[in-house]
Amino acid sequence: MSKVRVLVGTRKGAFVLTSDGKREQWDVSGPHFAGWEMYHLKGSPADPNRLYASQSSGWSGQVIQRSNDGGKTWETVGNKFTYDGVPGTHQWYDGTPHPWEFKRVWHLEPSLTDPDTVYAGVEDAALFLSKDGGQNWEELSGLRGHGSGPRWQPGAGGMCLHTIILDPSDSSRIFIAISAAGAFRTDDAGKTWKPINQGLRSQYIPDPTAEVGHCVHHIAMHPSRPGVLFMQKHWDVLRTENAGDLWQEVSGNLPTDFGFAIDVHAHEPDTIYVVPIKSDSEHFPLEGKLRVYRSRTGGNEWEPLTKGLPQSNCYVNVLRDAMAVDSLDKCGVYFGTTGGQVYASPDAGETWAPIVRDLPAVLSVEVQTLS
Amino acid sequence: MIRVVLPAPLRTLAHVDGEVQLQVAGPVTHRTVLDALEAKYPMLAGTIRDHTTQQRRPWLRFFACQEDLSHESPDAPLPEAVATGAEPYLVVGAIAGG
Repeated sequence: MSKVRVLVGTRKGAFVLTSDGKREQWDVSGPHFAGWEMYHLKGSPADPNRLYASQSSGWSGQVIQRSNDGGKTWETVGNKFTYDGVPGTHQWYDGTPHPWEFKRVWHLEPSLTDPDTVYAGVEDAALFLSKDGGQNWEELSGLRGHGSGPRWQPGAGGMCLHTIILDPSDSSRIFIAISAAGAFRTDDAGKTWKPINQGLRSQYIPDPTAEVGHCVHHIAMHPSRPGVLFMQKHWDVLRTENAGDLWQEVSGNLPTDFGFAIDVHAHEPDTIYVVPIKSDSEHFPLEGKLRVYRSRTGGNEWEPLTKGLPQSNCYVNVLRDAMAVDSLDKCGVYFGTTGGQVYASPDAGETWAPIVRDLPAVLSVEVQTLS
Repeated sequence: MIRVVLPAPLRTLAHVDGEVQLQVAGPVTHRTVLDALEAKYPMLAGTIRDHTTQQRRPWLRFFACQEDLSHESPDAPLPEAVATGAEPYLVVGAIAGG
């Protein structure tokens, strides 16, 4: 019988939530790495028991953990993230040059085919690659070397590379996103990169249609259709049909198109989910009502999903990496909040229930569907 | 034998309880003590000193014999009491959290 494993990163540790295919009863394991910020945990598609976790703190910096048994036990691996060559400068918040400084790993993306190969998106923004299970890390410096790096600047959360999407149909193609630089694509396995921000419009930057400088919050793709991407930008939800060459806004009837998380149904490539957040200064749901919005048409037409979610006095946020789906039938949808709840829907969003209610603030949620 | 007291999160990371004891050949300095610590506990590399710059991480301090030694040269000799093991070398995390 199928099982589901939900990997939850929080401000004060990691949790592993497991259930059978019914997704009604959950076992909660944790906190792992209690007291540390766990920005992200993710399992290898090639070996589901191989997990990687990003552990960090203001006191002790970055640690990378690896598990070979699905999160029961962990071992530290390499944590040396050294920029290639002279790192140079990016823009600081006030527009002045600021030296590139490594702060933390925001996102770990294991290879689709090799458990020992894993990518790391870091702050200050760069992409690193390990081919030995996380022991050694090498920067794919063609990204920072693209030439626009001196114009990148941090978002409120820092200048982070937070999204890494591997194209299942083309091992040389990778998409990444940086706050606040935008989205980039490589078609040669990371040697060279191009910004893919045409069609984005950001009123809060001097040139609203600039090549770089957009605060892309998250991107999602359905593996059966890797040329179609969905983006939750700072404001605006967008879609591209051509691997990012041109984006079109699909915010449609959303009550607000600010938000962080976005994901795609496991079996319906045009069904997408977002959690609208009131605004960039008020990081909580409109009217205190926690609503997931679903579009079954690839955007523009959205419906609120509320059954089982708090519809009054709810002022939590859902961060960019804190939504995921399983691949069971019906598709399960999961998200975590800064209030410490992890909600699950076993029926593609029709109904919701909390798996846990009182964790530390949730930073990331990933889901593994296990046979 | 050099005695080192680590903050609790680093003791957990290194899977140790209480003080750590280290053998240091040659001069006893911040650098040689921390090099020996990282050699014995590789998971601590990068958590006390930045990997690239080898600078003390800003939210950590070094104390011994009731003195703050955080701002001394990495190659300055530590007090004789640390070198003989009479006093521990303390790695202390800044108090934060409100």
